[in-house]
Amino acid sequence: MELLVASAIGVLTSAGLYLVLRLRTFPVILGMSLLTYAVNVFLFASGRLTVGAPPILSDGVAVYTDPLPQALVLTAIVISFGMTAVVVMIALGAYLGSNDDHVDDQPEGLQGPEGDLS
Amino acid sequence: MMHWIIAPIVLPALLAPFIVLAARYHNGIQRSLSVAGVLALIVIAAGLAWQASDGTITLYQLSDWAAPFGIVLVGDRLSTMMVLLTAVLGFCVLLYAIGSGWDKRGWHFHALFQFQLMGIMGAFLTGDLFNLFVFFEVLLIASYGLMIHAGGNARLRAGVQYVLFNLIGSTLFLFALGSIYAETGTLNMADLAIRVTAISPDETVGIRVAAVLLLLVFAIKAALVPLHFWLPSSYAEAPAPVAALFAIMTKVGAYAIIRVYTMIFPPDLEATSGLFDLWLLPAALLSLAIGMVGVLAAKRLDRLVAFSVIGSMGMVMISISLFTPEGIAASLYYIVHSTFAGATLFLISDLVRTGRSDLQLSPQPPVAGAALTAALFFVGAIAMAGLPPLSGFIGKLLVLNASYETDLVVWIWAVVLCSSLISILGFARAGSILFWKSQSVAPNEDAPEVSRPAALSYLAVGVLIALLGAHTIFAGQVHGYTTTMAAQLFSPEPYVSTVLDTPGKLSTPKEHN
Repeated sequence: MELLVASAIGVLTSAGLYLVLRLRTFPVILGMSLLTYAVNVFLFASGRLTVGAPPILSDGVAVYTDPLPQALVLTAIVISFGMTAVVVMIALGAYLGSNDDHVDDQPEGLQGPEGDLS
Repeated sequence: MMHWIIAPIVLPALLAPFIVLAARYHNGIQRSLSVAGVLALIVIAAGLAWQASDGTITLYQLSDWAAPFGIVLVGDRLSTMMVLLTAVLGFCVLLYAIGSGWDKRGWHFHALFQFQLMGIMGAFLTGDLFNLFVFFEVLLIASYGLMIHAGGNARLRAGVQYVLFNLIGSTLFLFALGSIYAETGTLNMADLAIRVTAISPDETVGIRVAAVLLLLVFAIKAALVPLHFWLPSSYAEAPAPVAALFAIMTKVGAYAIIRVYTMIFPPDLEATSGLFDLWLLPAALLSLAIGMVGVLAAKRLDRLVAFSVIGSMGMVMISISLFTPEGIAASLYYIVHSTFAGATLFLISDLVRTGRSDLQLSPQPPVAGAALTAALFFVGAIAMAGLPPLSGFIGKLLVLNASYETDLVVWIWAVVLCSSLISILGFARAGSILFWKSQSVAPNEDAPEVSRPAALSYLAVGVLIALLGAHTIFAGQVHGYTTTMAAQLFSPEPYVSTVLDTPGKLSTPKEHN
């Protein structure tokens, strides 16, 4: 169980990091999503892994799972979801505007047909 | 329980949707609501700062839940001063945005502006690390909207970089929070301060990783070299009033470092020793050097100002990384100065843009109002470069003085003094190209007549410069106050006991009146 969760976080993070280091917006955004998935699982695991235990006080139960990381994960999921939507919209705007979806700064003269508008 | 301390968060949070929903098509109403809101914020923030000035620590328990379980807001000297600083800066920036008409060049400027203020105020007031993350996200998502306000390809491209860099920062923040929670089982700052000391010395691996991750996150926010790459192009491409407001955002990172690393991971904590003198100080020295070299090397005025912001953050971080009461007091003095100086320069760079096609550092024919703009630039550059008589000089003296006792005094003095010289050269070069050489360029006859910037724009810059002047004249009083602030930070026991020992709903059921 621990091995499975830990390796899932590891694989997601490494794949996410690799994609984030790409040059074009689509892979970078995909990488960001993978990273946020990884961090969500990580946060979830930060309250220790307990299987089949209730998160709230009930009679006759001795083992509980920590409810706080679940609340943290919910917040993190909502925020990362919203942020990903924002970055997709801004990246689309930038791509449609300059016909170029590179994340990095392009040298002068290599930019889209509009050139540098600043 | 006094409710005023949550007002700096609730007021903009209510005002922003009201502006969007009720005043969507009425620019005048939006402007008056926004200005009224910020004025009210200044009054509230001044009241809070006054209340905290005698050392009182105000605690606000949301929904009356006791501290480690509920979220708390805490107002001490430092956080109330930062709130007041934000409100005053917000007012000047808003005046400029209205005066220059920037707020009409896109949708929802005022609503986003209020949300941005809400996030910054919340980040300063919260007493909970996860809540700090949430307020970081609030201020970031508002800043994404403000950053691409008025559109344009260059701005959108810079916006993509800005958003992606900050998303990675947020992910890192969550990793840090996860590891802190896994190690200690709490995210309340006061509770953490106690629990971290209880970790036995041979089990500190996890908490050390968490401390370094957290420092990385705050260093990204504070634009510390080598994590500064998001700053130059995003600040340069952002609309000028927005960039001026962003001058406080790097300070949020500095504030978070001061708060977390004086309270949770204090310098005498065994587990995190060496973090500051070994890592933070060299990075800060490098930031100062690179920022000021960037000032000299920049080809555009807005980039030049952005690099000067990096340099001044380097100065702030040098002073913080000493982690002595004198160092923190000096850094707090410099934070106020650098916020106003950075904002002033961003606004002036927009005044320069009036009548020019771009901000390239090349001579172009003089336009109406150039003389006044040049004078303002002169004052702003003096402030930022740290020449007498303005507060940059005093701040720099305080930093040099605070570092005199340390082992690395030679390095600090050498870097600070050399980079000051370089920045003076950079500003002098920019100013002489922009304002003096332009006199020798023949005016273009068929160029359309450009009217001078609005009086309100000049007023906003004038208010900022007057604040810098006041910061200089009352330097003794301000530094005295930041010294008491640092003393409060270095004895966190009252803070911890106020937060943890105040009964809430859980400990004693309260009588209904």
